Amino acid sequence: MKCSKPWNDPGAPVPLGASTGFLKIGGMIYRQFDEEEVRENEYYQKKEHKVDWEVMMILGVVAGAFVSSALSDDFALKGIPDMWAENFSGGFGLRVTAAVFGGILLGIGARWAGGCTSGHGISGTSLLSPISWAATLCFFIGGIASAYVVHLL
Amino acid sequence: MDFDQILFHLKGIANAVDLELRFGLVTGIVFGVLLQRAHVIRYDRQLAALRLQDFTILKFMMSTILVAMIGTYYLYDQGLVKLSIKPTILGSLIAGGILFGIGWALLGYCPGTSAGALGEGRVDAFWGILGGFAGVAVYSEMYPFMKETLLTMGDYGKITIPQVLGVNHWYVIAAVSVLILLFFAWAEKKGL
Repeated sequence: MKCSKPWNDPGAPVPLGASTGFLKIGGMIYRQFDEEEVRENEYYQKKEHKVDWEVMMILGVVAGAFVSSALSDDFALKGIPDMWAENFSGGFGLRVTAAVFGGILLGIGARWAGGCTSGHGISGTSLLSPISWAATLCFFIGGIASAYVVHLL
Repeated sequence: MDFDQILFHLKGIANAVDLELRFGLVTGIVFGVLLQRAHVIRYDRQLAALRLQDFTILKFMMSTILVAMIGTYYLYDQGLVKLSIKPTILGSLIAGGILFGIGWALLGYCPGTSAGALGEGRVDAFWGILGGFAGVAVYSEMYPFMKETLLTMGDYGKITIPQVLGVNHWYVIAAVSVLILLFFAWAEKKGL
């Protein structure tokens, strides 16, 4: 999954993927707690953990969304989305638990499937990669089914 | 984290004179602004998409695919770019994809949109991002056990749909474009 980069392979596009940035930032944080584990872990060895293209892209998304939302009056510090409060509860604990648990599944799933809604859903599909179309379909099947089940509760 | 390491990371960010880092940052900012302006980084929008009530996200994705597909393959034909194709490995597809989908529905953001939602001040996205880091760490523990088994099952390498069909890529691009335009027409008619 090593992608070619324009600066060492002139003209090759970088796949736009967000979950790779998660892998790298997560690896850098993890390393602060258990340096040896990350150094010796086979999966983390596959990627270099430094501030690079993918990491800067994630930071850029945060910055871009911040500036854009501030300029358009969309910015709001909010811990509980409206639809969540309406359907479940306005409580903080349940939302934090679901968000952390959902995030864990996202992290496992994205690395297992080799990409996320950006890497497979937008980037890989545009390049007509069969796995990306199939993975995006699986994302939606899992998402639609669980959104349906969760909202039955 | 000791001082030297903090300094090291700060230098990494400050050294944005590096072309690679600047490319990434600018791409991210543009992506973030577009995601925000399209209003696709909201929990409510994401869940409405998964509950099939609002197709804004699907329309956003399909528009992106339409433009990127035609643009990238045009540049490819001109010899200006190479394609970075992800390998098709069936063993990683279903379990990973479905798990991702469940996480998406619970959190209400995908990895890219959680970064955007954080920028919009949605604090719950931050918990999701922390969970995402933990999820990658969990996967790194699973990886050694799956690498020789599940992750080698149905490995077709870096293939594309035109290669599999044995046709020129523009036939596939034309067919996908027609399907996307039909989808737009259908979604607009349904008011989704």
